[in-house]
Amino acid sequence: MAGKLRVIRRRVRSVQSTKKITRAMELIAASRIVRAQQRVEAARPYAEQITSVIANLASAGAASGHALLGGRETESGVRRVGYLILTSDRGLAGGYNANVIKAVEAALREDLSAGRDYVLITVGRKGQAYFRYRQYTISASYQGMSDLPTYEDARQVASEAMRLFEGGEVDLVKMAYTQFLSAGTQRPTVRQLMPIETPEAAVESDAPRADYEFEPEPDAILERLLPRYVGARVFAAMLDASASEHAARQRAMKAATDNADELIKTLTRVADQARQDEITTEIMEIVGGAEALRPAG
Amino acid sequence: MSLQVELVSPERILYSGEASMVVARTTDGEIAFLPGHAPFLGALSVARVRVLLEGGGEEVAAVHGGFVEVRDNTVTILSDVAELQSQVDVERARRAEAAAEERLRAEQDAETQAALARAVLRIDVAGG
Repeated sequence: MAGKLRVIRRRVRSVQSTKKITRAMELIAASRIVRAQQRVEAARPYAEQITSVIANLASAGAASGHALLGGRETESGVRRVGYLILTSDRGLAGGYNANVIKAVEAALREDLSAGRDYVLITVGRKGQAYFRYRQYTISASYQGMSDLPTYEDARQVASEAMRLFEGGEVDLVKMAYTQFLSAGTQRPTVRQLMPIETPEAAVESDAPRADYEFEPEPDAILERLLPRYVGARVFAAMLDASASEHAARQRAMKAATDNADELIKTLTRVADQARQDEITTEIMEIVGGAEALRPAG
Repeated sequence: MSLQVELVSPERILYSGEASMVVARTTDGEIAFLPGHAPFLGALSVARVRVLLEGGGEEVAAVHGGFVEVRDNTVTILSDVAELQSQVDVERARRAEAAAEERLRAEQDAETQAALARAVLRIDVAGG
């Protein structure tokens, strides 16, 4: 009897210390969401500006034949698709990584059934582990970026993707990441990264289209600009993914903490009951013993 | 009339303010923007950008390549790597300069030359 009580108490202590960990992780993740969101905001002006510049160049008639703009092939000619997959390095983030991976696999199945080949670029240890274990073709893997991505990280990843694309190894590059909509909602998405779809800003710009002077000529500017544009898109996705990761982790850890609370409550009740049983048994024994010793009659 | 100036890097807006003139260098040469400048789009080389402020004084930034767009009296400078004068780490730049020169003596390659140019520009901007 006493043994059972000890086992339960030990269990309660173990759950309590786990709860401390999950609670700490929850708080850390919560504070990181805010910072990650600020970084998403801070990165927006550059992305918007570069998009509008490209739109301006396009409307000025800069070469639409540039490789990154898809002057090379059309949808029907896609033989091989590159996937750039943004996952996290660390787990304990609920369904965060699984959701991205699921989205990738769904898109992959479609490509494969259409007779297209594929190759993967993974960012984050979790994605790499998953796809390598299942023996997918991976051309490059990056780690140590998901927590606090810098532009330099994004540039490195983007240039690898551009190398595959410009070298003709792939005809299309899709990017899979988790979109950060709010602290409560994140959505795994698969988007086309290359060839670059000409930004729509040109159409919706309200001001009458200005006639720009260019220096050097538009084509030369575009040549330098497009890689930057791809980099900025990857960077924006990485920041979004990072914010999503923290949000997912916060939610998962909150659920774990709540669950630990619940578990502690239940176990404490069981322990209390066991203790009560023990006392009752003891009293019964003592009373029984006293009864037995009482001189008869 | 004045110019609205923004210096934007991928990670954040480095500088935002009003100015009477902006001097930059594109790959074709030096260019200055005054209020009322025609719409302009250019690729910048590794050079200093001078922002002459309204009430006198100037803000100098080391811009390591990028783009400049001028429209409606707004000058936007997009750069992967840029630092304001006050942000330059001179010590680090000097070390980078020394290291790059060292390597160049052994071998001429474009990357090291670019690194040297960046270091020299940083030191120059910092006024050292």
